[in-house]
Amino acid sequence: MSTQIPPRALPQLDLDNKAFWTGGQNGELLIHKCGDCGYYVHPPVNFCPECDGRDVEPQPVSGRGTVETFTVVHKQWVPELRVPYVLALVTIEEQDDVRLATNIVNCEAEDVRFGMPVRVLFERHEDVWTPLFEPDSAG
Amino acid sequence: MNTQYPEKNCAITGIGQSEVSRGATKSALELTVDAALEAIADAGLTRADIDGLATWPGSMDVNTGFSPVGAPGLQDALRLKLGWYCGGMEMPGQYGAIFEAIGAINSGLCRNVLIFRTVYEATARKASFANSLLHEGKRAQGPLAWFAPYYNYAAAMQQALYFNRYVHESGITTEQIAQISINQRRNAALNPKAIYRTPITLDDYLAAPIIATPLRLFDCDVPCDGSTAIIVSRMDVARDLPNPPVRIEAIGTNMHYRNNWSQLDALATQAQPAVAEMMWSRTDLKPKDVRIALLYDGFSFHTINWLENFGFCERFEAGAFIEGGKRIALEGELPVNTSGGSMSAGRLHAYGAVHEACTQMWGRAGERQVAGVPDVIATSTAGGPLAGAMLLVKD
Repeated sequence: MSTQIPPRALPQLDLDNKAFWTGGQNGELLIHKCGDCGYYVHPPVNFCPECDGRDVEPQPVSGRGTVETFTVVHKQWVPELRVPYVLALVTIEEQDDVRLATNIVNCEAEDVRFGMPVRVLFERHEDVWTPLFEPDSAG
Repeated sequence: MNTQYPEKNCAITGIGQSEVSRGATKSALELTVDAALEAIADAGLTRADIDGLATWPGSMDVNTGFSPVGAPGLQDALRLKLGWYCGGMEMPGQYGAIFEAIGAINSGLCRNVLIFRTVYEATARKASFANSLLHEGKRAQGPLAWFAPYYNYAAAMQQALYFNRYVHESGITTEQIAQISINQRRNAALNPKAIYRTPITLDDYLAAPIIATPLRLFDCDVPCDGSTAIIVSRMDVARDLPNPPVRIEAIGTNMHYRNNWSQLDALATQAQPAVAEMMWSRTDLKPKDVRIALLYDGFSFHTINWLENFGFCERFEAGAFIEGGKRIALEGELPVNTSGGSMSAGRLHAYGAVHEACTQMWGRAGERQVAGVPDVIATSTAGGPLAGAMLLVKD
């Protein structure tokens, strides 16, 4: 694995998404949560669609979740890309309608399964701490 | 029959299509002019009769060839005098331009709307590695920014997330999935304008590269250069024109699910079920009345999903429905994507399907003509959180 992997494309940070993309600085996965009813609101906005509450702020979650769906990517879209790799949607442990796009890392692509327990880790690029997920053997 | 729905007051009266290729000899604008002039003439109209213009998604300032020509470009090229026009992307899929036109016609803003979709993706891809999700050197914005850092280079891998979930929940087999691609290539062999016309076998399908599980090469549509145009006319106008009107019997346009590429409510079925349900609620016709199904096929799985969501078979039973391919063949009980569709004829992005619907209904399909009178045709667009549906009938 001596090849250079291509740089990750980075999101434009704004007032709504900044907490999510920078929480990894403190090792925290931050998801907006309603202070009135406890509903997690993602993508983040300061409005709770469950109770109309406006007290919605980023709060740390456990960082644990399960693989809701995934794909093993075999096509080498650019020359430096290492294949196969896994693009996935991970459902956070706290709420089943919060799904995060991510890569599953630190395991063979062929070993990823539906419903597999995973936990978050972060990879820093510039001012973005990208949440990635790896198998959670304790889960 | 319920006549309160505005779409029933509209019909397709003419169609046109430019040359379709993997490398055009003409500009995108000229292709668009070719398609537009053909459609206007086919409807028995002249430029002066066109008083509405609509397109999806409007001209986009990107080098992907996804949409190089918008409404202003064509309006000026043809010097049209319009009562109404539109071009935009945030609609119920590619047919959004048609749905907008229905509203405009019934609001009295226009009578004959020229609707077009132009793609130049084959040429664009020769110039650079271009895709519609990432823009080099810029930070990602908008809904797909949530996917940006994860090596998400193309719609194929991002939508494979839904298709893999569908495979997981339905148990469909690879051999069953292959029937969509094999059937469409068989149909394309009978379509002189199709890009790929050499039939493929199950072995060919299995031998092709895997792009992103479960998608293999032949599950993906074929980027091309081309333009499709249709004329949608008010019903009373349509009845005075030479082609038998292809009336818009019902449409599905709703957005009941979360319109979000990662949070959409049902990953395995995407946004299609509620849209199909809306379409059927606006007509007395039933799935069993449909003679031909022209289903969105950006990827084969979209077609598989629509078979279920339109109610041609039960949930998660599309695999059994398409097994062996006979049922969906030209001579089968429900011919599917009779032109070869986007996967073989070229990615004309749903407008190829509308063109084919009229071609079949007007008996112009030559060797691929479906027997009898295909007087009810169901057609659909888009995947993920986007969906649009339309039922077309012979007036």
